[in-house]
Amino acid sequence: MGELFWILLSAMLVNNFTLHLFLGLCPFMGVSAKVETALRMGLANIFVLVTTSVCVWFLNTFVLPHAPYLRLISFIVVIASFVQITEMAIKKFSPTLFRQLGIFLPLITTNCAILGYAIFNTNRGYDFLEGLMFALGAGLGLTLALVLMASIRETTETASVPAAARNMGLVLIIAGSLSLAFMGFAGLFTA
Amino acid sequence: MSVPGPDGRRATSPDLDSMAELRLRIAASPHLRSSHSTPRIMWNVVGSLVPILAVATYYFGPSALLVVGAATIGAVLTERLFGRKGSTGDGSAVITGLLLGLILPPGFPMWMAFLGGVFGIAFGKLIFGGLGQNVFNPALLGRAFLQAAFPIAITTWPVQPATWWSLRGDNFALPLMSPSAPDIATGATPLGLMKFEGLPTGTWDLMIGSTAGSIGETAGLLILLCGGYLALRKYLDWRIPASIFLTVLAFSGVLYAIGPDRFPNPLFMLFSGGLMLGAMYMATDMVTSPVTPAGAWIFGAGIGLLVVLIRVWGGLPEGVMYAILFMNALVPFINRTTQPRVFGKPRRKPKGAEA
Repeated sequence: MGELFWILLSAMLVNNFTLHLFLGLCPFMGVSAKVETALRMGLANIFVLVTTSVCVWFLNTFVLPHAPYLRLISFIVVIASFVQITEMAIKKFSPTLFRQLGIFLPLITTNCAILGYAIFNTNRGYDFLEGLMFALGAGLGLTLALVLMASIRETTETASVPAAARNMGLVLIIAGSLSLAFMGFAGLFTA
Repeated sequence: MSVPGPDGRRATSPDLDSMAELRLRIAASPHLRSSHSTPRIMWNVVGSLVPILAVATYYFGPSALLVVGAATIGAVLTERLFGRKGSTGDGSAVITGLLLGLILPPGFPMWMAFLGGVFGIAFGKLIFGGLGQNVFNPALLGRAFLQAAFPIAITTWPVQPATWWSLRGDNFALPLMSPSAPDIATGATPLGLMKFEGLPTGTWDLMIGSTAGSIGETAGLLILLCGGYLALRKYLDWRIPASIFLTVLAFSGVLYAIGPDRFPNPLFMLFSGGLMLGAMYMATDMVTSPVTPAGAWIFGAGIGLLVVLIRVWGGLPEGVMYAILFMNALVPFINRTTQPRVFGKPRRKPKGAEA
């Protein structure tokens, strides 16, 4: 039980996908202008990660031992179909959110955090529950990074930022600073 | 009927006849002004840092002045070159440079300290638009950058050398050259000793500062005194250090009660490392701390928790810098969620009301 909790915390803080491994940077840069949108993007990512974790476990247990060369392609197919399902569901239930997330919703497919998760999960040989916790931790970590970035960006909206650093430049600087702050978690929970 | 004029004199009998002679002065609010201004507060903070620097010089010799000086020159020069016109005079860049110098080891090469000052001001402050608009504490960001860029140099702690005059390391190393092999024996900080060898350090030594550590962070009692002066003058929010100290005491107290042989005692936690300096001078930075009283308590509690967490379970012996930087990132969020209730508004939204 304790082990599962550490997997979750480690994926969320210590090896944060966005701020430590630099995966999933495109939603981090693209959908972090408003806290509400960022939070929902994070939730969509958590959903896709968790469903992917179930599928990855299924594939790893029943399919891939017989056909290891199908690994990457089957992961991608699974991720793409789940993103498609999420997209359809959001479009049906919340057209506003669908418009806010825009191109970044289908782009979850190519979000390297998701594929990265699937590959990490396989390489580390996690079982079903461990994989689920890892997915949850990774998703929460992404959400945390997104919300932090969005709340900082909202406050800098009124700042007199020098012309050279407006918009994306400042976002990259903030991302770097956040990443520096997250370095403090290095080595946490490993001892 | 007499109306007090804006300058305190009473304008008498404003009847219609004399209306033409009545001189009304129109002025925009605020009408009550205190004598506090940004430069005045900043230079007060600089003044309160002088005793700390003096004691640091007593303990670490000329090296302390060299490193602090290099960091300050780096910070002020950057502010002067790239900042808004006249922004050097408000003293905020001097504070950043001094604080950055005070949290570096005494044997640190000067060019690295200079670089840290430049980075802290340029990427921690000016890129956000200057004073009052930055998100992270510039001094801490500068140090986090140095820690990432020069992990060896920033964790090399000299022990007391033979004479006061000798340098505590290769302060004069040339840029991008590896520092010449120092003749100085290196030791570990009290936190390092505790973490990696399980050795405690006397609490009194920690309080007066006769231990290894960064230049200005060792003399716990003195920092408490200087910070206390600022708190009395209301230049810092006393809630933040109070909340940090209470959280650290409570959390490490519980750990100590569980396993006195495994965990350091709460007083050691309080006076070791950069906690005092961080809590008094860095966490209370007016720009990068929450504006609401409730937010200040939450902010401090978060720092306290993270400090103990990183010190006890983390890979690094010290975590004050990262704890404050992380909580700095949370400040916009804390400010959002702790906005006080507007007077007259109901405590909870009535049912069925949408936003």
